[in-house]
Amino acid sequence: MTLPEEQLTEQRSAVAEAGVRVPSRGRVVAGRFFGSGWGRAGFALLAAVFLLAFAGPLVSPWSYTDKDFTAFMAPPSAAHWFGTLQTGADVFAVTMRGMQKSLVVGLLAALVSTALAAVIGAFAGYFLGWTDRMLTWVTDLLLVLPAFLILAVMSPMFAGGQWPLFVFMLALFLWMVTSKVVRGMTVSLKEREFILAARFMGVSPTRIIFRHVIPNLSSLLVVDATLNVSAAILTETSLSYFGFGIQPPDVSLGTLIADGAKTASYAPWTFWFAAGLLIVTVLAVNMIGDALRDALDPGSRRSR
Amino acid sequence: MRDEPVLTVSDLSVTFGMGRGAVHAVRGVSFDVRPGEVLGVVGESGSGKSVSALAVMGLLPPNARVSGSVRLLGTELLGASDKRLADFRGRALSMVFQDPLSALTPVYRVGDQIAEALMVHRRLTRAQAARRAVELLDLVGIPSPEQRAMAFPHEFSGGMRQRAVIAMAIANDPDVIICDEPTTALDVTIQAQVLDVLRKAQHETGAAIVLITHDLGIVAGFVDRVLVMYAGRPVEVGTVDEVYYRSRMPYTLGLLGSVPRLDRGEHGRLVPIVGNPPSPAALPEGCPFSPRCPLVVADCRSAEPPLLPVRHGGHLAACVRAGEIDGGDLPPERIYRAPERAAPRPVHAPREEREVVLGVDGLVKHYPLMRGAVFKRRIGTVRAVDGVTFDLREGETLGLVGESGCGKTTTLMEILRLVRPQAGTVAVLGRDISALASSQRMAIRRDMQVVFQDPMSSLDPRMTVYDILAEPLRTHGRRDLGPRIQELLSLVGLEPRHAARYPQDFSGGQRQRIGIARALALSPRLIVLDEPVSALDVSIQAGVINLLEELKERLGLSYLFVAHDLAVVRHIADRVAVMYLGRIAEVGAVGRVYDSPMHPYTQALLSAVPIPDPEKERARRRILLEGDLPSPASPPSGCRFRTRCPLFKAIGEAERLRCVDEEPRVRPMGGDHGAACHYAESLDVL
Repeated sequence: MTLPEEQLTEQRSAVAEAGVRVPSRGRVVAGRFFGSGWGRAGFALLAAVFLLAFAGPLVSPWSYTDKDFTAFMAPPSAAHWFGTLQTGADVFAVTMRGMQKSLVVGLLAALVSTALAAVIGAFAGYFLGWTDRMLTWVTDLLLVLPAFLILAVMSPMFAGGQWPLFVFMLALFLWMVTSKVVRGMTVSLKEREFILAARFMGVSPTRIIFRHVIPNLSSLLVVDATLNVSAAILTETSLSYFGFGIQPPDVSLGTLIADGAKTASYAPWTFWFAAGLLIVTVLAVNMIGDALRDALDPGSRRSR
Repeated sequence: MRDEPVLTVSDLSVTFGMGRGAVHAVRGVSFDVRPGEVLGVVGESGSGKSVSALAVMGLLPPNARVSGSVRLLGTELLGASDKRLADFRGRALSMVFQDPLSALTPVYRVGDQIAEALMVHRRLTRAQAARRAVELLDLVGIPSPEQRAMAFPHEFSGGMRQRAVIAMAIANDPDVIICDEPTTALDVTIQAQVLDVLRKAQHETGAAIVLITHDLGIVAGFVDRVLVMYAGRPVEVGTVDEVYYRSRMPYTLGLLGSVPRLDRGEHGRLVPIVGNPPSPAALPEGCPFSPRCPLVVADCRSAEPPLLPVRHGGHLAACVRAGEIDGGDLPPERIYRAPERAAPRPVHAPREEREVVLGVDGLVKHYPLMRGAVFKRRIGTVRAVDGVTFDLREGETLGLVGESGCGKTTTLMEILRLVRPQAGTVAVLGRDISALASSQRMAIRRDMQVVFQDPMSSLDPRMTVYDILAEPLRTHGRRDLGPRIQELLSLVGLEPRHAARYPQDFSGGQRQRIGIARALALSPRLIVLDEPVSALDVSIQAGVINLLEELKERLGLSYLFVAHDLAVVRHIADRVAVMYLGRIAEVGAVGRVYDSPMHPYTQALLSAVPIPDPEKERARRRILLEGDLPSPASPPSGCRFRTRCPLFKAIGEAERLRCVDEEPRVRPMGGDHGAACHYAESLDVL
């Protein structure tokens, strides 16, 4: 008789303890993110795109440098799943290669630029004074520099596997406007009582910025990062279109779309696969951004 | 009764939205107002009092569905065309809003706005209307009305704006004036002025007034009949004396019992009403008050009780047990079982022997007043805090009171910031803050915590309660946070499972409890409270005040309690310091200062606070201060209060000279009571 009772009290105390064991912020956000249909769908879609881009070439008989001299401009067939280009290159292989580049460049550049915007804007807005003047000066300087020209001049340096530098340069010209918005919001957020409370508790300014300021701007930052993914991919595309950015023989979605656009009317496979995958990628990123914004904001109620 | 009612509202209901999500904001409000009568509508936030007023004025947004009947001078207003309504509004029915800044158009001159109100309804030439506008401004007590009529709203102070709005409201000699919390945004001395103007305006026009407020003190002194609202319905109606002295509805009793009283010195517990007002979207079954009611019986939950007459003719109450309850015999403390003090007050050593927890001496904070965008130049100095001296000893609560702009919040921030003040010294726990190493500063931060006014903005909305409470602990290097957080939550009357929720899942009172728990996390010795209860409803406020008192006794805390509500300070504080324009006007033990205030400003301040007791309130004599607080950028020479001081006007020419030339210091008035006045003398104002 006593045993079940003991078990019961044990269970009770376990329940009571479980009540206090609170999931960390990351776990809460992850739970809410995957709890929403959009979040799950977007994540699955992006994962599928990544899988396709990186695993696809492994199962394809062709590599992106191969040329099939028996088939120029051939429509999709068993041998060439997405058809071939005018040069005899396999469209599937080059599209996958281009996707790899564009995904990595787009996502990384967006994340780096949003992180830059958040940190620089928040520091400028929180400390004001000289920090603000210096950071605002840098921001304004980068705003007036002709980004495209500098990227074009620097393009020889991106050749030979220096794509991380390219990502960084892309990000460097994307963050300024957002950082100005972040700065303004930080200035008003700084007067809120919970920030004052943290200050009077002895929390260090850097920690206040990362623990209180930036999380409270997360809605803005997520939206910004989502938009930046498309912006980065498109900037890379337009750079590549003009022959800067990703250099041949390497390809990106941008170069593919640029080339394919010329032949799209009579050989649609040269254009539509690359364009379609770009659309799917951007769509997935937007869905994730939407779900993430809702997940980060405890005020938004999940629709049932 | 006297005459035919001018305004008859019957069975007024307002619903927002449709279907299951519909919000029934007002559910069957009926009242009459007769000429010259003042009807008070009281209730907590969300009780539907403002929505009712807007419905009467026909100012609700189109998504509101209004039913019932509103008859003004025999004409039905509900469903009337806009044109017809516009004819009534301003002429027969006018309104005074809470926020006088948004009630005036910022881009037009005040005089022109009043003239416009006149010209809409009467055939007047522009010159006639302008002349009448000046007369009206004069009537509401605005000095030099000719010049002031030419001013823009932003050049007016809050009190003057509200006067201008009242002038506009009475411009066309209306039959009914609806005042929606007309003094809530104003300081208490200005509130007294505005109420005085309102009374004068009513006398002048003979209009009926519907006064909507949450302040039971104002109702006691200003109103003839009162209507208590709860969850969108009137729950008790009657004359002020009937409702205050013979309440029949437990909610009214609870409301009256939960207000701290300016005139009651003893440190009894307040009587909070448990729980929170119901959300209008999810009302409980039966009587909406039944979940919070201490006298609840089975009948209460079955059906909502109708508003029925009780013994005296005009007195109605909506309670199944109204017959049994007679407020005269059953005081709220007995019905609500006032929480007992856990232990008798610990006997402290005499004040002089206790440690000084916070010593402030001659603290100064001046802000430069800058002009210009490119070439900034200093055009003046705002003397926000100009030599403030007080001390707070262990186990003591010091109330720092004053009107907005007196520098109390600046004083507080200077103390909390822990950096060297511009002049003067601040010593926290015996350490001078101007010479602190960073490790000492951290130690002081651990021992001195703060609770803020706004329970919403003082908690990070992106953090769970657990993280909020863990933050101070983590910052000061504590480990194993779970048990401590559980302990803190139970200390402030919350449940451990609340730790996983976010601040917006809580009501205002609960949020303030979380803020208090966070302040307690590091077991501090001194807590600085910045208006901790002023954003809360009366019934919730009482619970938080009780909690603060209990914690202080149990944990041996000292409080610096900054507030503008003098009644709350009397209840919670041991000593009180009254600030005026950056200086301490009077300081001393609460009983001494409240019962025999020496400084004319303290006297005026105390006499301006309404007491929720109709008989006392009618018998009191108000000391009305003239004008507004002078700008802290150019305070008057000598005594700062002399421009508004009633004593200054009464004394002779030779004595005045001293007030003009010499700034009075706080001089002892017996014991530790001190007042900064050359000619201070005691006066009973309660």
